[in-house]
Amino acid sequence: MSRTIQFTLNGEKVAAEIAPHQSLVEVLQQHFDLFGARESCAQGLCGCCTVLVNGSAVSGCLYLAAFIDGAEVATVEHLSVNGKLSPVQQAFIDCGAFQCGFCTPGFVLMTGELLKEHPDPDEDEIRHYLAGNLCRCGAYPEIIEAVKLAARNMRKET
Amino acid sequence: MAAIGSGQVGRSVGRLEGAAKVTGRAEYVHNLRLPGMLHGKIVRSTVAHGRIRSINTEEARTLPGVYRVVTIDDIRTVVPVPFYGPAFHDQPILAVDKVHYVGEPVAVVLAADPHVAEAAAQLVVADYEELPAVYDEVAAMTSAAIVHEELKPAGTFPDLKHLQGKRNTNVALDFHLRRGDVERGFAEADHVFEHTFRTQQVLHLPLEPFVSAAETTGGANDVRLTIHTASQSPSFVRIEIARLLGWPENRVRVKVPYLGGGFGAKLYIKLEALVAALALLVRRPVKISLTMEEQFYTLTKHASTFRIKSGVKGGRIIGRQCEVWWNGGAYADIGPRITQKSGFTAPGPYDIENVAIDSYSLYTNLTPAGALRGFGIPQLVWAYESHTDMMARALALDPVEFRRANILREGRPQATGTLMQDAAIEAVLDRLAARMNWGKPFARRNGTLRRGRGIALGFKASISPTTSIAIVNVAADGSCTLYCSTVDMGQGSDTANAQLVAEVLNIKAEQVTVVHPDTDVTPYDMATLGSRSMFHMGNAVRLAAEDARDKIAALARELGLPEGSNVPVAELFQKKYKMQAGNIIGIGSFIPAYAPPDHATGQTPNATPFWMIGATGAEVEVDTETGQVRVMRLVNVADVGRPVNPRIVETQLSGAAIMQLGFTMQEKIAFDGGQIVNASLADYKIPSILDIPPAMQSEAVEAEQHSGPFGAKGVGESGTFGVSPAIANAIEDAVGVRLTSLPLSAEALYRALRAAANDPLED
Repeated sequence: MSRTIQFTLNGEKVAAEIAPHQSLVEVLQQHFDLFGARESCAQGLCGCCTVLVNGSAVSGCLYLAAFIDGAEVATVEHLSVNGKLSPVQQAFIDCGAFQCGFCTPGFVLMTGELLKEHPDPDEDEIRHYLAGNLCRCGAYPEIIEAVKLAARNMRKET
Repeated sequence: MAAIGSGQVGRSVGRLEGAAKVTGRAEYVHNLRLPGMLHGKIVRSTVAHGRIRSINTEEARTLPGVYRVVTIDDIRTVVPVPFYGPAFHDQPILAVDKVHYVGEPVAVVLAADPHVAEAAAQLVVADYEELPAVYDEVAAMTSAAIVHEELKPAGTFPDLKHLQGKRNTNVALDFHLRRGDVERGFAEADHVFEHTFRTQQVLHLPLEPFVSAAETTGGANDVRLTIHTASQSPSFVRIEIARLLGWPENRVRVKVPYLGGGFGAKLYIKLEALVAALALLVRRPVKISLTMEEQFYTLTKHASTFRIKSGVKGGRIIGRQCEVWWNGGAYADIGPRITQKSGFTAPGPYDIENVAIDSYSLYTNLTPAGALRGFGIPQLVWAYESHTDMMARALALDPVEFRRANILREGRPQATGTLMQDAAIEAVLDRLAARMNWGKPFARRNGTLRRGRGIALGFKASISPTTSIAIVNVAADGSCTLYCSTVDMGQGSDTANAQLVAEVLNIKAEQVTVVHPDTDVTPYDMATLGSRSMFHMGNAVRLAAEDARDKIAALARELGLPEGSNVPVAELFQKKYKMQAGNIIGIGSFIPAYAPPDHATGQTPNATPFWMIGATGAEVEVDTETGQVRVMRLVNVADVGRPVNPRIVETQLSGAAIMQLGFTMQEKIAFDGGQIVNASLADYKIPSILDIPPAMQSEAVEAEQHSGPFGAKGVGESGTFGVSPAIANAIEDAVGVRLTSLPLSAEALYRALRAAANDPLED
């Protein structure tokens, strides 16, 4: 029943033997020890399992691993290189935009996607773009600040 | 070394674990994998109350890949008396003879592949003889349906001892308080008001659902257990598991990394006894990770009914009677503590001469209820602050002025007789009124979008008496490590505690390493709950750091150095040990003074080591055509003593308010009889970023808790207190309609609007 898939994971070519029912999050955790994408609601509603597949955000808890054969997969772990944080990650720290941290990788990835589409988002754009990510600690006001700060810093860099 | 004034307390230090969290590398039990680990999947009761006739495990056992199917008979081979709980030993590791609520664990399937365990769990068939059930907390007082045939208090709390062996009752605790003569208060009053308020069951819903794993080490004669668990109370878990097994504490090790949220859910025993028993049974590591759905079958917040009656004379409240019924669900958990420790604050932060309180903890056939960010206080404030506003409105008094005329001032006795100390009630009320521009005109608007504003003021005592112990270890190079069992579940305790150590030892907070709870390593702490850690553990941490500082000074004297010579710590060690070697260990132990309340009157001179004050102001916009409410502005003001970390304090206040906003506007566990019908994030909606008011402000007033570490006290719950009544008060201000049950849904408000217009909707 199992099959081998090959894909690019955070810039590296990799292969994994998977079962047909396995989700992308399970494969990332079991085969690659990547725990940044994590299952919470298991319905694709909370955003904790966010993963980028071919440049689009997907709910890794619902996305069958079989579908990533040949794809480019990026997780939150690709953002920091040699300990240097991305501007979005740094902004989340600077604004205190998390508490327990369980939802944070999902927010960080979605903020990156938001800023690709809208380099200077207004508050309404931020809220609507991040509406699929939930934070039970309620760090939303700080998250909005962090998105704005990251946008400012990234515009300065370019 | 400078004793104080190094500027670490009061500085908005970034969270020590910030980089780990934004990179997805923070450690949670969720991530844990142990060699040879089995996954457990729980089979749950399908009936609310029933006698178990049989459990058929045959089909599940024969499914390929299933390691074992376990029932209570198997568990009893390793834990003969399998009942646990902090207040009552009422909760079994798996159901014994009877089930008491839908979702109660009755069996477990173990398999190496969690998908196999899940599939096999569907194949276990339990047969029940259904029994009459009771769901409502008020009905449970007199119901013929009895949840537990006999009460089994744990013996931990003296005020529960009289319940030992009691039969044919659902009352798990009755708490009574009498001060003055409430009937005389009503007789002398110009006006007497009586209202009843209700709150609904809601869920903590941490995004990391409950998860625990256990493994054994050692041989047949010296077996030991290590439990890895997302728990807010590692010390309790160790003690309770040791008690269940009849072992000394030191054979049970409990380790807790970061928590993906807790909010009061992950306290006492949840999955820990089950994984421990399973690991002992099969001698392999066992992990159980609940799904989001299963959280609904584990612990909820208490639904409540509160009947409140007040007598007012000349704008002063002179008598208040409070009757509170708490829906505790099928197992007591910490409900009896909520009934008493929060129950005694039921009259609110007001100076009332004549008070009567009767507070009842009830068993019902629903998911057990426990602590949820406020320990019962939000339910009480919801009632007494809605009531306060209704009285002010009826008496044509300004809601702020009516409160100001009645608040408990410094040095005055609270209902228990305990004198108020370091409780900045008036400052909080004044600051809230100022931030709401209360004295200025407010545009309520005409037409179908009406605006209104409201305020509410609440307070809380700290659960007492509880103990915290901390160790500060200074290494030979002068670097410092803090060992304590406070669990950082997002509240920032690692950072705040590091700041206390740094303040005393005159270093930077970022240089302190904080060791996470590990009962083989970190000393005892009662638990991370009820906003107690900043005060209790904070005091212990400060004492430990001061002990280390004093021992460093003693070492300098021993080495013949003159007082104040300020030689670097590393050089002291070098002089003493002739190389980089040795440690200085500072120890701090803290338990506040406390006097238990008199059983008949509830009176005590020392009910709490500190008071928390929280107030909320809300501005709302109501659509009269749909009942939709938009909260336009939410202001939270609190007395947290002196903030150790101002930014984290602000985040705690606004985060708590946002959580309570969900409980106020949208969240409700819906039941059909005893069956939950919305046990998923698809059907049970928590606040998203779209639900946050356009304007949110949170502020701590200037205050000091003199008995707290550097003037600090707890903060985690204060932001929840006033949210619900402030919004209900604002709604009445906008449209003249009063809601008395939570949540304040559009449907409830629209029905009330139609009823007020003499055109009620059909049910």
